[in-house]
Amino acid sequence: MARIELKDVAKCYGSVDVLRNVNLDIEDGEFVVLVGPSGCGKSTLLRMIAGLEPITAGDFLIDGERMNDFRPRDRDIAMVFQSYALYPHMDVARNMGFSMEIRKDPPSERTSRVQQAAQTLGLTKLTERLPKALSGGQRQRVAMGRAIIRDPRAFLFDEPLSNLDAALRVEMRLEIARLHQKLGATMIYVTHDQVEALTLADRIVVLNGGDIQQVGTPLDLYERPANKFVAQFIGSPTMNILQVQGQQKGVTLTDDAFLELPQLSDAKKAVELGIRPEHIDIVDEGDLVGVADVVERLGSDTNIYLVVDGLGHLMVRKHGNVPVRSGERLNLKIQSANVHLFGKDGGSLAA
Amino acid sequence: MGRVVNGRIRCLERESVITRSPKKVVPGQSRVQRSLYLQYFVEPFLYLSPAILLLGVVMLIPLIIGISYSFQAIELLNPFNTGWVGFENYRKLWSDRKFWLALDNTFWWTFWSISFQFLLGLGLALLLNTQFFGKKLFQALVFLPWAVPTFLSALTWAWLFNPVIGPLPHWLAAVGVLSEPYNIMGDPNLAMWGPIVANIWFGIPFFAITLLAALQSIPGELYEAAEIDGASTWQSFTKITLPFLAPMIAITLMLRTIWIANFADLIYVMTGGGPANSTQIVSSYIFTTAFRKLDFGYASAIAVALLGLLMIYAVFLLWLRKKLVKI
Amino acid sequence: MAATPSTALSIGKYAALAGYLAFALFPLYWLMKIAITPDQLIFSEGTDLWPSTLTFDNFRSVLFQTDFLAYFGNSLYVSLGTAAVTTLIAAGAGYAFSRFEFSGKKLIIAVMLVTQMFPLLMIIAPIYKLVASFGMLNSLTSLIIVYTAFNIPFATFLMQSFFDGIPKDLEDAAMMDGCSRFQALYKVIFPLTLPGLGATLGFVFTAAWSELLFALMLISKNDAMTFPVGLLTFVSKFSVDWGQMMAAGTLALIPSCLFFIFIQRYLVQGLTSGAVKG
Repeated sequence: MARIELKDVAKCYGSVDVLRNVNLDIEDGEFVVLVGPSGCGKSTLLRMIAGLEPITAGDFLIDGERMNDFRPRDRDIAMVFQSYALYPHMDVARNMGFSMEIRKDPPSERTSRVQQAAQTLGLTKLTERLPKALSGGQRQRVAMGRAIIRDPRAFLFDEPLSNLDAALRVEMRLEIARLHQKLGATMIYVTHDQVEALTLADRIVVLNGGDIQQVGTPLDLYERPANKFVAQFIGSPTMNILQVQGQQKGVTLTDDAFLELPQLSDAKKAVELGIRPEHIDIVDEGDLVGVADVVERLGSDTNIYLVVDGLGHLMVRKHGNVPVRSGERLNLKIQSANVHLFGKDGGSLAA
Repeated sequence: MGRVVNGRIRCLERESVITRSPKKVVPGQSRVQRSLYLQYFVEPFLYLSPAILLLGVVMLIPLIIGISYSFQAIELLNPFNTGWVGFENYRKLWSDRKFWLALDNTFWWTFWSISFQFLLGLGLALLLNTQFFGKKLFQALVFLPWAVPTFLSALTWAWLFNPVIGPLPHWLAAVGVLSEPYNIMGDPNLAMWGPIVANIWFGIPFFAITLLAALQSIPGELYEAAEIDGASTWQSFTKITLPFLAPMIAITLMLRTIWIANFADLIYVMTGGGPANSTQIVSSYIFTTAFRKLDFGYASAIAVALLGLLMIYAVFLLWLRKKLVKI
Repeated sequence: MAATPSTALSIGKYAALAGYLAFALFPLYWLMKIAITPDQLIFSEGTDLWPSTLTFDNFRSVLFQTDFLAYFGNSLYVSLGTAAVTTLIAAGAGYAFSRFEFSGKKLIIAVMLVTQMFPLLMIIAPIYKLVASFGMLNSLTSLIIVYTAFNIPFATFLMQSFFDGIPKDLEDAAMMDGCSRFQALYKVIFPLTLPGLGATLGFVFTAAWSELLFALMLISKNDAMTFPVGLLTFVSKFSVDWGQMMAAGTLALIPSCLFFIFIQRYLVQGLTSGAVKG
C-alpha cells in the first residue's frame, strides 16, 4: 500500500529555486512518469521522494504519514539509478541481496529470494559474476532485481534506460511495463524521453524550469495540452507551431489564408497555432501552399518538411509512402478539429 | 478479478515475483525525528571534525602564538629584555640587509629548483606515459629519491660535490663545466647550485607522479582527432596536453613552490647558509636566528613576513588560474 | 628511410630513460658505497667508483654497538602510527570534500592551504610549550599527533582525489538499500578505496620517517629518539663517522623506499581518476 502525496513541495539550493509548488497525489499501484527537459527538476524531485535530498518546504506523505524527516532507509522505497550503481566488488547475488544483508536476514532466506528474483529476470546463470563482466542490459536487470527483492512500497526509477542502445531500450521498457503489471506496485519514473513517458505511464507529470506544467494521462496530454510547452514536448514528431493573428471566428494564417474555427468560442486572444504533423492533409485545394524541402521515407510513414510562404517551416507526416519529391508544390489543409490555439502567455485556449 | 484503470487492465491480486517475507522494519513507526535538513547539513562537518580539531590545536593556535611572538622581544640570551615591542621587530626587519639578501636568495632558490624539477618531472611523466620494456620496475626505481630522508640526501650530495671525496667536481672539470675540480659550495656565486641540484633530484618524482596521473586521464580520442586534423606532435602537445594538464600543474606548482620556499633542510645541511650568506634563504635565516642567536621574537617576525609573501603568491596564482580558465 | 625517424626516436627515448634512472639511483649507490668502504679508505678512495676492499663492519657496528636498532624501532612506531592516524582522518576529510557542498568549504580548504605555507620553525616554540604543558615531552605519541597535523592537508588532497574517482551513486544506492551513510562508507566505499588508502599511507609514512626538526626538539631522552636524531649523534660525538653514518643511512632507507615502491603505482592510479577535476 503506497499512496504518495506531495503538498506544496519546494526545493531551494541557497537562493536558487529549483522546484516550486509541487502538488501531486499518486494512487497506490499507479505508474507515474516525471518528464521534462534537462534541468527541469525531475531528478531532484525523485531524490527528494527517496530521501537523498532534504525537502525545503512542503509536505511529503506516504499513506498519510509525513515522511520529510525520514532517512532513505526508513522510507521503504527502492530506487533504480541511471548508472545502475551496482557495487563493483560484489557479485550479482550479493548485489541483489545486499539490502537483506544489511537487515541481517538469515542467509538461507536471502539465497532463496535472490534465486527467485534471478529467475524472474533471467539472471540465474550470472549470479556469480561481477558487474564489470555484465552487459548494459544485464546490469540494468541486476539493478531492478536489487529493487524487487526489497519488496518496497514504491519503486523509483531515475532515467534507467538512457545508457542503453535503442533496441535494448525498447526491450527493457517492455520489461518494466510487465514488471508493473505483475507487481502492481506504485512506480515513479523519471525520463527526458517522452516516448517512454507515453508508453509506460498511467499518468504523466510534465515539468519545466521547476514548475509542473501539466498532470494527466498520456492521451490527455496528447489531445489537450495545457500550454505550448507541453504541446511541443509531448508527441513525436514535434507539433508545428505557427504565428497567427486571432480573430473572432478563427485565425489568420497568412495574408491570404484564414482558418475558420467554429468550435472555439473566442479565438481573438490567439497568437500561435499548434497543429501536429499527422493532422495536416495534402489535398488538391487547401488553406496553404508549400514547397517540399526534405522528404524522409521511413517505410511506415513519410515525413515531409515544407516551406510555406509567409509562415515558415512546416512538417507533415503521412502513413505509408507518399510519392512527393523535394521541390514539389503541395496544397495543404489543416484539420480544424485538431487545432490548438495558444495565447500570449503560452497557455492553451481550449474550447 | 481485474479492474480497468485508465485503459489498462490492472490485476488486483499481485502476482508474487518473490515470496513475501514478513516486514521487520515497519516504516513510519513512531520515533523522534530530527529534521532531515539539519541532519544533512551537519553531516559533512562530522566527517571533517577530527581534521579541523587537530589542525586547529596543533597548527593554528601555535601559529597565532607564533605570530604574537613577532610583536615581542624574546631573546633567550637576553632574558631581561622581554615584553611587547609592537612593530619594532618588523622595523628591524625592513632595514636588515641580510633579510633582503635572503629574500633574493629565496627567490632564485625557488625559481631554479621549481623550473628544473617541473620540466624534468614533466619530461619523465611524458616518457612514463608511453610503453617500453621494464616499465614497471623503472617506474618504481625512478621515484625513489622522494622516499629518501632529506638530510641523508643532503649529506650524500654534499659528499658528491666535495672535490676531495666526491666524483662530481672531477667529472664536471673533465666535461669542461668547471675549470678545475673545486668545491662549488665554497664559492659564493655557485654555492646555491649544490642544494638546488639536490632539490631537483628530490623533487622530480613529485611532479612526475602527479603529472603522469593527469596525463593518463586525457582521453585518447582527442589525440586521434588532432592527428586526423593534421596536427603535429608539438601542436598536439601544446593544444591538447597542456590545457588538460593546466589544473594539475597549477595546484602542484603552487604547493611545491610553497614547500620549497620553506624548505631549509638541504641548504642548512649542505652549506649552513654560507659562504657569506650566499645560500641563506629566508627559512634558514629564521633557523639561525632562532637557534643560533636564540632571538625568537625576531625570528617570528621574519616568518610572518615570509608567510605574508607566500599568501600573496598563492592568491595571485589562483587569480591567474581563474583568468586562464576563461580563455 | 622510413624506419630511421622512429629508430632514432626509440634510441633517444631509451637514452633519456637511462639518464633519468642513472640520475635517480646514482646518489643512492654512492651512499651505499660509502657504507661498505672501510674507514681508513673513505677519504683516500673518495672519488673511486668502487672501493678496493669491502667491509660490512660499519653495518655491524651500527646494528650491534649503537642504539640504532632502538632508534629504528621508535621511528617505525612513530611513522606507522602517523600514517595510520593521518590516513583515517584524511579519509574522513577527503570524503567530506568530495561528496558534500557546504558553506565554509572554501574557507576550510584555504586554511588547510595556509598551514602549508608557513615555516614550521615558526610554531616550534609554541608547540614545545604546548607539549611540555601536557607533560608529553619525550613521548613518541606527541610526535605522532604533531606529524599527523602536518600531513593532514596533503593527505586530504590525496584522499579527495581518490574519492572523486568513485561514483556518488554507490552510496546513494547503499543508503536506499538500508545503510546509514557511515555503513555505506564502510561496506561499499571502503573496499574500493584500498588503493587510495595504501597510497596515502605510503606517502605519509615517508614524510614522517624522515622528519628531523620536531623530533630533535621534542625528544631529548636517548631511548625515545627516532633515527634521524640518532643519525645526528654520529655527527656530534666524534668527528663525523661517515662510514657508520652512511651504513645507518642505508639501513634507514630500506623501509621508506620499500613502502614507497609498493604504493607509488596506486598514487598514480588514484590521482588519475580524480585528476580531471583539478
